[in-house]
Amino acid sequence: MSEEIPYTVQPHPLTGVFNGKMGMWLFLASEVMLFGALFSSYVLLRMGATHWPSHEETHLNVPLATLNTIVLILSSVTMVMAWASLKMNQLERFRLYLGGTILLALVFLVVKYFEYSAKFSHDIFPGTSTFFAIYFTLTGLHGLHVLGGILVNSYLVLPGSRMWKTEPERFTNRIECAGLYWHFVDLVWIFLFPVLYLL
Amino acid sequence: MSTEHHPHPHLPFWRRYIFSTDHKMIGIQYALTGMVFLLVGFGLIMAMRLQLAYPKSTFPFLEALFGSVNVPQGIMAPEFYNQLGAMHGTIMIFLGVVPLMVGGFGNFVLPLQIGAPDMAFPRINMASYWVYFVGGVIMLVSFFVPGGAANSGWTSYAPLSVIATAGQTLWLFGMVALITSSLLGALNFITTVIQLRARGLTFFRLPFFVWAQFVTAFLLLLAFPPLEAAGVLQLMDRLAHTSFFMPSGLVVSGEMQEQFTGGGNPLLWQHLFWFLAHPEVYVLILPAMGIVAEVIAANTRKPLWGYNWLVGSVIFVGFMSFIVWAHHMYLTGMGTTLSTFFQATTMIISVPSVVILTALVLSLWGASIRYNVPMLFALAFLPMFAIGGLTGLPLGLTASDIHLHDTYYVIGHFHYVVAPGTLFALFAGVYYWFPKATGRTMNPLLGKLHFWPSFVLMNGIFMPMLFQGLGGANRRYFDPTMYEHTLAVQGWSVVISWSAWLLAVAQIPFIINLLVSLWAGRKVSDNPWQATTLEWAAPSPPPHGNFAAVPTVYCGPYEYSVPGRVSDFCMQHVAQEA
Repeated sequence: MSEEIPYTVQPHPLTGVFNGKMGMWLFLASEVMLFGALFSSYVLLRMGATHWPSHEETHLNVPLATLNTIVLILSSVTMVMAWASLKMNQLERFRLYLGGTILLALVFLVVKYFEYSAKFSHDIFPGTSTFFAIYFTLTGLHGLHVLGGILVNSYLVLPGSRMWKTEPERFTNRIECAGLYWHFVDLVWIFLFPVLYLL
Repeated sequence: MSTEHHPHPHLPFWRRYIFSTDHKMIGIQYALTGMVFLLVGFGLIMAMRLQLAYPKSTFPFLEALFGSVNVPQGIMAPEFYNQLGAMHGTIMIFLGVVPLMVGGFGNFVLPLQIGAPDMAFPRINMASYWVYFVGGVIMLVSFFVPGGAANSGWTSYAPLSVIATAGQTLWLFGMVALITSSLLGALNFITTVIQLRARGLTFFRLPFFVWAQFVTAFLLLLAFPPLEAAGVLQLMDRLAHTSFFMPSGLVVSGEMQEQFTGGGNPLLWQHLFWFLAHPEVYVLILPAMGIVAEVIAANTRKPLWGYNWLVGSVIFVGFMSFIVWAHHMYLTGMGTTLSTFFQATTMIISVPSVVILTALVLSLWGASIRYNVPMLFALAFLPMFAIGGLTGLPLGLTASDIHLHDTYYVIGHFHYVVAPGTLFALFAGVYYWFPKATGRTMNPLLGKLHFWPSFVLMNGIFMPMLFQGLGGANRRYFDPTMYEHTLAVQGWSVVISWSAWLLAVAQIPFIINLLVSLWAGRKVSDNPWQATTLEWAAPSPPPHGNFAAVPTVYCGPYEYSVPGRVSDFCMQHVAQEA
């Protein structure tokens, strides 16, 4: 009886990817549609607005957001290094790099927390204006994605890494998929930053 | 092989039947849950039909059934009528038909037809079912919160949905669960088809059903997220008082909506909603076409006519379905330029749909047809879908849509597609694959007792709606006698309502048949219809892992009546001598 599902670990000879990677790319495709719809809504609302606040009016903190952009890009680099370490058979270095990714993601959220509370302390909430409705919704949803990444990566760095002993290749694949997701979360921010802070 | 005919016997009951990762068990779970929701949704509409046929009459039994808040003094409250309407649509589409079509048939049949041991991600598959289940529970629970369930129609148009009662919030949470579920299902289906096809099973040897499911999965994957985005925005409007969909200076029932700053756009909701909901129409119909194609090929004993055209058309329909959405919005004031564009794309998308239907009709040409129960339903699908499709054309043209928009004509049109169309295909599929799932057949006499009354009554319901709509009767009215101009066609409402209630009676033979045949149905071989596709190469019911040995495919999906062969069918996994 053929109970084993093929290509869970080895890549399919024709498509060149294992199942999980294909699933992750498809998931990211749907995420592109999710954020694409939100960005489209932004364009439509901005085009229809009688007045759109300039960044002098919104008082968004561009230096902090620039810092956050750098933090996220760095976390993507450590993510790749984590995967590369596994490819080179170095579990301890992998732990270090993935731990770094998690730490940088936490830094991102802490910075975001300070940005949010600065707004709240000036009585600025999502309901204040259409701009802030978009600002809080998009960054909030992106923040949830960051949080999701932190949870998954934390699982992979500690209890999930037991798989390294039994199925090292499968575990490396998992890190690769988690990395794909993490780069996507990074990429969304690369779009959010100019759209909300600079334009 | 010792475990044959028992899906993983070494597992405890709850792993085998409840939290199963086996695609067949998940498929059956989806199908049964979907059927229960179809009955619930049908029940809601039967109560509504009472109000529509006999407005202003009192029905004490309705009060006993739904409580005196919803039906005070035996007269249905208009707000309750709106809840029933909104939830009928939501339940039928998102909890009934799609889970049955994709979750049920897709899960059960697709891995078998491509010769795979299971789906690519069995645990994600299980999660998909349970997230769907949670979404269904949220939807049902919403009836019991203050103000009742969502009452802004299944389309939840802003701005009224934003200021609606708490049920709308639950509706949005329920939808997020259902969207998540279909996302998990869709990426599983696509990965499975691309990665797990048996050796020799090239894309152009895939059964048409697999193609239909494959395209459907892409629609679910890419069209649902914008609705999720819209749902998030509406939640923000409702809970955080943002104004994504709230225009400036909005007054509702004489009250200024001051909690909103305004500046939003109600049309934005409609665009995001229909960006999902038009592809959703094809999610409802493409798998149905897939089922009908399988049943027709097996029972005409001929290859499908124009297989390549069918596949090309289904892919083209899939692409086009993403750029026709605003034909639901001609009358919203979005502008004539946009309307003209969407009118053109709408006319274009009707071409591949007609190609598919024509190919299926031509497949009947010259065949000696076996009129068994699945074939009756499949044959009935063809004219019913044709009526549904052709009545859509006047709605797709901007000029005639002005007259027909938001009338019962629209209701008649899309119900012809979904009810006698998709639902008949579903029934065809149930009768056709029941032997594969259980090793037994359903009773043909009860099947015919199910088919003929259903066929007549379906038309009794939906044909008069077309008349009423042409007569100017508006949809969604609580009291159809409110306006004088619709009184002329009000008589049809009685015909429609009685047809609907009798249609419920006509489903009794089906339910009896389904349950009794599980134990008492006639035992049959692994391939009772003498069909060619791979699912019939597996034992009935297929064990965990499906096939005794990994099948290799040697030929196309519909090698029936090949000249010079002894048998009139050649199964895909059987090699023929040159």
